[in-house]
Amino acid sequence: MNSLASDQVMTKNDKTVLGFWIYLMTDVILFATLFATYAVLRNNTFGGPSGKDLFNMPFVLTETLILLTSSFVCGLSVLAARRGSKNQAQMWLSLTFLLGMVFILMEISEFHRLIVDGNSWQRSGFLSAFFTLVGTHGAHITVGLIWLVVLRWQMFTKGFTDSTLRRLTLFSLFWHFLDVVWIFIFSIVYLMGVA
Amino acid sequence: MNKESHSSLSSYLLGFMLSLLLTGTVYIVATRHLFDGGGLVLVIMILALAQALTQLMLFLHLGQETKPRWKLGVFLFMLMVLLILVGGSLWIMQNLNYNMAMPATDTMKDERIYR
Repeated sequence: MNSLASDQVMTKNDKTVLGFWIYLMTDVILFATLFATYAVLRNNTFGGPSGKDLFNMPFVLTETLILLTSSFVCGLSVLAARRGSKNQAQMWLSLTFLLGMVFILMEISEFHRLIVDGNSWQRSGFLSAFFTLVGTHGAHITVGLIWLVVLRWQMFTKGFTDSTLRRLTLFSLFWHFLDVVWIFIFSIVYLMGVA
Repeated sequence: MNKESHSSLSSYLLGFMLSLLLTGTVYIVATRHLFDGGGLVLVIMILALAQALTQLMLFLHLGQETKPRWKLGVFLFMLMVLLILVGGSLWIMQNLNYNMAMPATDTMKDERIYR
């Protein structure tokens, strides 16, 4: 019986990462229900505009590239932190925050334009589903940005301890996960919407 | 240690390049209408799944853990729930649409119901 050999025992770090991973997988289920709702309601425009009339594709492509770059840069920050180069880790993390902020501001301006033009979530079933799905993703991004501010503050006051490094790892999982969800929003909502 | 961090830098770079390539490809295919109808939907879905898989493996390191593969197990269970949830919803709603929203004469013709 070798099953309890020391190399097979989970460390505290492994357990925390697994627990967070299970949370992320349940979050996928939340998004799956919203995607299913959107797929059912996407043609119910109630005489109002459809995705083809509303979506500005170059704008959405820019959003997509910004979020993708933010996700990549976040990975670079984790690598730098593990190497012990604190300044680099801080710099990449600031860039992650900046890009995430630009993304959410672009999304808010898109929502604002839609609402001002009279195409809010009250206009049709399609728009209700659109705002719920894309807005839930945006809410996750907002929470991520707040988390990032708290993390930066902890790194500033406590330095690069085991626990701040662990939190950075969890944040990077969260951020990469949100980019994967966005791939499907970009494809199913926007690209199929204008096709 | 040093070698390990080098190899994960290259995996992040590879993931970023592949994601950029796939995003660009799917954008051109969809906005220039290189396929139509069901074919386009299929191509968009395949490219989205390819990019999701790329990022899951290279950014989220899925499948790189050692033996009791809990992360992979939870992921596969989530995938099963997701397929039942999304597939089931679309199936039910399409059926409902077919039975309730189409003119009754069409449904009767399709189902070979004669008075």
